[in-house]
Amino acid sequence: METDLGLWVIPLAIIGGAIRVSTPFLFVSLGEALTERSGRINLGLEGTLVFGAMSGYAAAYLTGSPWLGVFAAAISGAMFGLLHGLICSLPKVNDIAVGIAMMILGMGLAFYFGKPFVQPVAPNLPSIGFGWWSDVPQVRAALQVNVLFLIGAVLAVAMWWMFRSTRVGLIVRVVGDSTDAARAMGLRPALVRICATAVGGAFAGVGGAYLSLYYPGSWNEGISSGQGLMAVALVIFARWNPLACFGAALLFGGAGALGPTLQSVGVSEGYYLFFAAPYVLTLGVLIVTSSPTRAMTGAPGELSITK
Amino acid sequence: MRVSSPSLPATVARPLLGRAAVARRAEAVVIPVGALLVGFAIFSVFLLLQGKSPTEFLSLVYRAGFGTAFSWQNTLSRAAPLLLAALCVALPARLGLVVIGGEGAIVLGGVGAGAAAVMLAGTPAALALPLMLVCAMVIGAVWIGAVGALRHFRGVNETIASLLMAYIAIALMNHLVEGPLRDPASLNKPSTAPLDDALRIGNLPGWDVHWGLAFGVVCCVLAWVLIEKTTWGFAARIAGGNVRAAQVQGLPVGWLIVGFTALGGAFAGMAGFFEVAAVHGSANASLAGGYGYTGILIAFLARHNPLAIIPVAVLLAGFEASSGLVQRRMDLPDATVLVLQGFVFLAILISDTLFGRFKFFAPERWSTRDGN
Repeated sequence: METDLGLWVIPLAIIGGAIRVSTPFLFVSLGEALTERSGRINLGLEGTLVFGAMSGYAAAYLTGSPWLGVFAAAISGAMFGLLHGLICSLPKVNDIAVGIAMMILGMGLAFYFGKPFVQPVAPNLPSIGFGWWSDVPQVRAALQVNVLFLIGAVLAVAMWWMFRSTRVGLIVRVVGDSTDAARAMGLRPALVRICATAVGGAFAGVGGAYLSLYYPGSWNEGISSGQGLMAVALVIFARWNPLACFGAALLFGGAGALGPTLQSVGVSEGYYLFFAAPYVLTLGVLIVTSSPTRAMTGAPGELSITK
Repeated sequence: MRVSSPSLPATVARPLLGRAAVARRAEAVVIPVGALLVGFAIFSVFLLLQGKSPTEFLSLVYRAGFGTAFSWQNTLSRAAPLLLAALCVALPARLGLVVIGGEGAIVLGGVGAGAAAVMLAGTPAALALPLMLVCAMVIGAVWIGAVGALRHFRGVNETIASLLMAYIAIALMNHLVEGPLRDPASLNKPSTAPLDDALRIGNLPGWDVHWGLAFGVVCCVLAWVLIEKTTWGFAARIAGGNVRAAQVQGLPVGWLIVGFTALGGAFAGMAGFFEVAAVHGSANASLAGGYGYTGILIAFLARHNPLAIIPVAVLLAGFEASSGLVQRRMDLPDATVLVLQGFVFLAILISDTLFGRFKFFAPERWSTRDGN
């Protein structure tokens, strides 16, 4: 049955788009939140995301299993995070600049090894339809939720709980707030930061696998358009709180869905400007939430961008 | 002649002479060059693992980038925008800012030059060309200067803001060249109206290299003079070393930050002007060619010294000029250059940890026996 929804199509498509587009934002921002809570910033997650997309797609194509692809993406992301963490543990090395170099290296390696995988078709990740209660096809389409999105949501809650009331969470927070205090407690700050960066890289790799294995669902060199970088800004907006990261990822996903949605209903005027909406939103959010004088609430004390 | 001053206590700084002065300066050259070689060595291992020959790679780069007069001209043409893009990173870096969105200023500067050419149709070239250049530089200055202003007055992280603004700039360019500024005759590749022949910038006399190279080299020299020989540059270096100390001294840190980022943006805008007026002949998507990103690597390799940018930019331009030949002859994907850049960039950043570690480069730590 065809229902005429009129302009209701737009909010519906944005909600559906938010769920589809937000998953990479969610994983990258959760990974970055973990890394930044330990006092490091990893700007290279854009490169990790792209390499995760490539390795996930390649592994899924070669093995026939999308979940092995996600696993491969997580492992390769952890490797990139480990490298970043080790390099930044050397004295006098600038973690922001290392992130830029890792971004270039990650994209270079992904494009280099990904060349043979542009043509083949890999199996996609499964999704669950939550729209069974509705007869309207647009509602059903919007509520096709990928399993990774649900895993990400659970992960956000788990991380929030970890930071709030577990020993591991406390260790990460102490290291992020004061290297000296952590040393006095007998912790090894460098080791904690390396681990936090490696795990953060693994999350970003999974976010990349979502891009190539579900939405848009193919591997090419233009697969990421700065999602990895926007997620870093999103963590600042979310004040390093995993639950807020989840909300922020949905908001950014919705902004990212604005361009394709308007195009699908026939709005072609200013098409490219709507595609810039997520970047403008990110910049606006950064401007509003930053402050030149007071330290940001919730910011880890050892983080170089807030000092 | 060596001045001996045995009565001075060892802690008093003496002007460094002879071997000591050379050793002090050598550190800033030896460590980056060593890191460059290490980065290339890692890349060679990478090539060997792929079953490719690093020596063949090097000889192809030499032939296509530096082997003949023709290849030199190709390399130098590519170096022109890289010089200016690297300045857009190096100038803010002297103030301690990591600005990586020069690509945005190049793109919008080019669009500004193309739009100015359309509006100035019929104006004599002697007037129209400088106006196009000014237009491109002002747009670039405003774009990157805004990053500096946001940093100082709002505390917005300049690295993230500048890269976001590069994405916004590219979206703006796509909107303008496919919409309001589109030349209806440009079917396959939406562009602004082609420049009149009178507005096309020619080559340097006797060379097949456009004027952008001369402007780029002059800008690098001027930037070096600004940083090393003027009070503004001195103030900027103090603020880059310690913002609090600079503020206590009453230095106008905010204006320095906005001024240096705006000047860097103006140079990047100039690169966009030359891309339009000397290379493409109109503004289109080719402006987003990645010069801004290669410029980041060049500035870090040159340790943000504008004079050192000149040889480093020529070297990397040679690699880019040879990438086509390397791809065809060795059957390597075009991302190979990106992989090489990534390894070299990482090696350079890791080498930062070596500064001050070698007694060889620190005359004040030489024992009196071999120091004096």
